[in-house]
Amino acid sequence: MTRTPQPVSPAAARVGAVSDAMIHASGLRKSFEAGGTTVEAVKGIDVEVRPGEAFGFLGPNGAGKSSTMRMIAAVSPVSAGTLRILGMDPAVDGPKIRARIGVCPQEDTLDTELNVRDNLYIYGRYFGLPRAEVRQRAEELLEFVQLTEKASAKVEDLSGGMKRRLTIARSLINKPDLLLLDEPTTGLDPQARHVVWDRLFRLKQQGVTLVLTTHYMDEAEQLCDRLVVMDKGLIVAEGSPASLITQYSTREVTELRFALGENEAIAAQVEDLAERVEVLPDRLLLYSADGEETIAKVHERGLRPVMSLVRRSTLEDVFLRLTGRTLVD
Amino acid sequence: MTSRLDLRRAARMTDYWAVVYRRTWKGTAISSFVVPLLYILAMGVLLGGFIKGDPSKLEGATSYLAFVAPGMVAAQSMTTVFGEVTYPVMGMIKWHRTYYGMIATPLGVPDVVFAHLAFVVFRVATVAAVFMAVMASFGVFGSVWGVLVAYLVQLLIGLAFAAPLYALTAAMKDESAFALVFRLGMIPMFLFSGAFFPVSNLSPPLEALAKITPLWHGVDLTRMLVLGHVDGSMVLIHVVYLSVLALGGWYGATRLLERRLIT
Ligand SMILES: Nc1ncnc2c1ncn2[C@@H]1O[C@H](COP(=O)(O)OP(=O)(O)O)[C@@H](O)[C@H]1O
Ligand SMILES: [Mg+2]
Repeated sequence: MTRTPQPVSPAAARVGAVSDAMIHASGLRKSFEAGGTTVEAVKGIDVEVRPGEAFGFLGPNGAGKSSTMRMIAAVSPVSAGTLRILGMDPAVDGPKIRARIGVCPQEDTLDTELNVRDNLYIYGRYFGLPRAEVRQRAEELLEFVQLTEKASAKVEDLSGGMKRRLTIARSLINKPDLLLLDEPTTGLDPQARHVVWDRLFRLKQQGVTLVLTTHYMDEAEQLCDRLVVMDKGLIVAEGSPASLITQYSTREVTELRFALGENEAIAAQVEDLAERVEVLPDRLLLYSADGEETIAKVHERGLRPVMSLVRRSTLEDVFLRLTGRTLVD
Repeated sequence: MTSRLDLRRAARMTDYWAVVYRRTWKGTAISSFVVPLLYILAMGVLLGGFIKGDPSKLEGATSYLAFVAPGMVAAQSMTTVFGEVTYPVMGMIKWHRTYYGMIATPLGVPDVVFAHLAFVVFRVATVAAVFMAVMASFGVFGSVWGVLVAYLVQLLIGLAFAAPLYALTAAMKDESAFALVFRLGMIPMFLFSGAFFPVSNLSPPLEALAKITPLWHGVDLTRMLVLGHVDGSMVLIHVVYLSVLALGGWYGATRLLERRLIT
């Protein structure tokens, strides 16, 4: 059994009115000047995250997720719009906000020359925590992310999954009210991802407000109570994973694969068999409530796909419906 | 995002820099502590044995050893800074992204810059202390007070190099120009700014050039104090010159690192 430290401060556990929102953004924009041209990374988004919630930004690379997260983390100035974190304005109270949040950035910023324990200890000191307290907390967190055996190892020698867990442990050193995780499991193998998910799930159960970005629909479905789908700097849909699927997709999806180059032509022949048909480079997706029934009808028409399967709709289908593109290419 | 310098916050980085020092001091001990001694022996004692100790030609020093020793202290303060600022600062910006981790906490860029510069000055302080202690054993010093003030001057020289060099590094895209900074900046100053010979030996235009380098101001100030031939107006000029570099560089370092990290 792993003992779990208590990362929650009373403020995080207190569920209150809308004015108590952990994050409030309206008309939030971010643009970068790069080589004479302006890149609009975030083009006016409205977001409200409530205490205790697990909130996600789901979107492909370049959607503007990291730009949004860095503004929320009070390390990147807002270009336009309003942003309040824990009721404070990051332009005015950056240090106060940063004192109460935990950040797991997309790119690790661990000190690769320090050992695992020192990474936590040194980071805790940046928050002004007393030495004895940081030492104790570092040990608790090492246990929480299952790195106790690696406490004296150099960061360079850790696997990708271990580094990510250490970054998560580091982001909890100040008992944050709000935890920001930018692509917490990107680049990890499936097993390592499940370990991270398990830890995040525990934090969620303890009432920590989680905000995460991901381009994995399964991650969003596993962890998020509520999410926004982001594309090209805009929010294109918002809701719980289940409600998004109900709203934008059918219950089931039938995937059909035909010989190379036939997909387009066959799509026209099966159009009326489903609510919607999507043509991907390598397969057709038929959206309907009952997939087996759809397959039967396809066979009735004398069509013989090389491969066919029926599955439940996912957020990937929602994204495809909303943007015409897949999340991970 | 930009915040003001807060010394209490900056002090929270003490443990970090202590760990860095514990990890690196051995690796730099030879270049910091042993090489200067070899210079003193080779240049001051052995080469200096061939040079006639004429105070009128050696800015008041009675031997070449007494002339070159304070020059080398100042030059060593400079080279220590070049090693501590260029690659380490670029590494914390670009390769290890350490600064990004720091400013994700309540620390701000001004706090981070202050703490790093303080560490560099601390490094200069340790190197200069060892160097000057050894030189004392060669019996080349004038008054005790002069030597103590000359020691504090090393900290000023350290900051006068560290702060502008930090600003330059924060503005550089990558490390490719460091080779130029060393070859066209540090090494010519080391050789020609009066550490090893009086700059009056240079042709007038080169002498004028040598006298606008920060190292000459540091060398001349250190030598006057160590030898005990103090010219008040020159001391003022040197101190003002080095202080302007230190303060201007410090301001520039903070603004440029802000521009680099806060996007
Ligand atoms: N510092 C920056 N300078 C210039 N452009 C940037 C910067 N950061 C992000 N961008 C651009 O903004 C857009 C959104 O990027 P990002 O927020 O990183 O998206 P995501 O995290 O969803 O992949 C991209 O086009 C990216 O190239
Ligand atoms: Mg990103």
